[in-house]
Amino acid sequence: MKYFLSLMILAGLWGCGSKKIDVILATTTSTQDSGLLDVLVPAFEQQTEYRIKTIAVGTGQALETGARGEADVVLVHAPDLEMQYVAKGAFSNRRPVMHNDFLLVGPAEDPALIKGMTQAVGAFEKMASSQALFVSRGDRSGTHVLEKKLWKMAQIDPTGPWYLEVGQGMGETLMVGSEKRAYVLTDRATYLAFQDKIHLIPLIEGDVLLRNNYHVMEVNFENFPRVNRHGARAFSDFIVSPQAQAIIAAFGKDKFGSPLFYPDAENEQLKK
Amino acid sequence: MDLIWQGIYKAFYLLITGDPEVLHITQLSLCVSGSATLIALLLGIPAGVVLALSQFPGRNILISVINTGMGLPPVVVGLLVTVMLWRNSLLGFFELLYTPVAMVLAQVIIAFPIVAGLTIAALQALNPNLKLQLVGLGASRFQMALCLIREARLTLLAAVMAGFGGVISEVGAVLMVGGNIKGQTRVLTTATVLETRMGNFDVAIALSVLLLLLTFIVNFVLTRIQQREHVAWPLLK
Repeated sequence: MKYFLSLMILAGLWGCGSKKIDVILATTTSTQDSGLLDVLVPAFEQQTEYRIKTIAVGTGQALETGARGEADVVLVHAPDLEMQYVAKGAFSNRRPVMHNDFLLVGPAEDPALIKGMTQAVGAFEKMASSQALFVSRGDRSGTHVLEKKLWKMAQIDPTGPWYLEVGQGMGETLMVGSEKRAYVLTDRATYLAFQDKIHLIPLIEGDVLLRNNYHVMEVNFENFPRVNRHGARAFSDFIVSPQAQAIIAAFGKDKFGSPLFYPDAENEQLKK
Repeated sequence: MDLIWQGIYKAFYLLITGDPEVLHITQLSLCVSGSATLIALLLGIPAGVVLALSQFPGRNILISVINTGMGLPPVVVGLLVTVMLWRNSLLGFFELLYTPVAMVLAQVIIAFPIVAGLTIAALQALNPNLKLQLVGLGASRFQMALCLIREARLTLLAAVMAGFGGVISEVGAVLMVGGNIKGQTRVLTTATVLETRMGNFDVAIALSVLLLLLTFIVNFVLTRIQQREHVAWPLLK
């Protein structure tokens, strides 16, 4: 038992070299997988006493983790779902951070003949009626929430052998879609990162329904005394600050030729 | 196929150039899984000895539980430990979630049944007359246990390897309780998952190569010890 304790303590010391105060950020995989957080988090940590612990999961899990008081601040992209949690009082101070857009990608031969269409809902109807293979995230992520909304708007209950739910991240879902020559709804950032590894091309883009909005929200500290409210506020203030917004606007330009995310917080300030 | 060669090339490139992030990830993997194995040994060998040598009601049930635990799914352990360590939960007071300590804890739970189960098997495989002889020579229970462990040490080294192999390779538990935080709780397996998710397949393969290399080196050292101890069958005269 003595060994056990001393080893645990040693292991603990080993892991906690820094004396900074932890802030738990629950966010979606797309912000981590795109590499954006690798730029934003160090910039934040440099100028504050806080250390960010990023837990990158699907938006559904991020919101649920926050609602249980197991995170301090969330950065997510499922507006309808976010509003439900805000209405329940789980989060406060919801602010827009950035956006990019979703794309409907598919094989070049386009079996459902949706290329050239402008309305996402119409394309979803056509995919269902032609029974063309579709690969869904199926994980209650922001992308999956939007996909379900589009099926609902098209008045289709997607079931059957043509509808595959993989329950994995965006990158894996694109890989499965590429292997199966299927349609996939994807965010642009992940698609750009994977485009040279997969055989899927953008077919529908630009529909206003396909806009992908990211919001930052602070966990309601009144329900949970352990929540780090000051750290949460510091991070959410940072991410909408001109400095962070400039980082977001520039991110990805060198690698992909165009930015992966477009800052939204400044626009809001301009409106005021 | 090209990708695999690229990955192997990249692995050696990262090793030779001493990429600080990769070194840290490798070091953390070794530290977390090494301490988890060590703790599992300190707990598992005594537990295995007691279960193998004593008789008490419920012993068979306990051994069955341990044998079942040898195949404990890491994700199940990860989920249970996460829920226990949530800051609004039972052990939340310690604020251990998303730290290396939590990862060690989860891996101890995975490795303990492997070590205990193999210890039981090792001791029961010994010649039962040895136990009788030790009793006859007037050995105390503790002396007897020590002597039997010495006799079974070659098989017990296999338990060390199985325990270490089980935890260094698992991803389900460390991903959940550690959170795969860059510079804090990212280990070789979780980094591989992340790089795959990001589409950096060459880096993912490079990390896999490093993981295999690390496991091989550790097992090679342990095997050397084991085989040095191993006395070949004396030639029949």
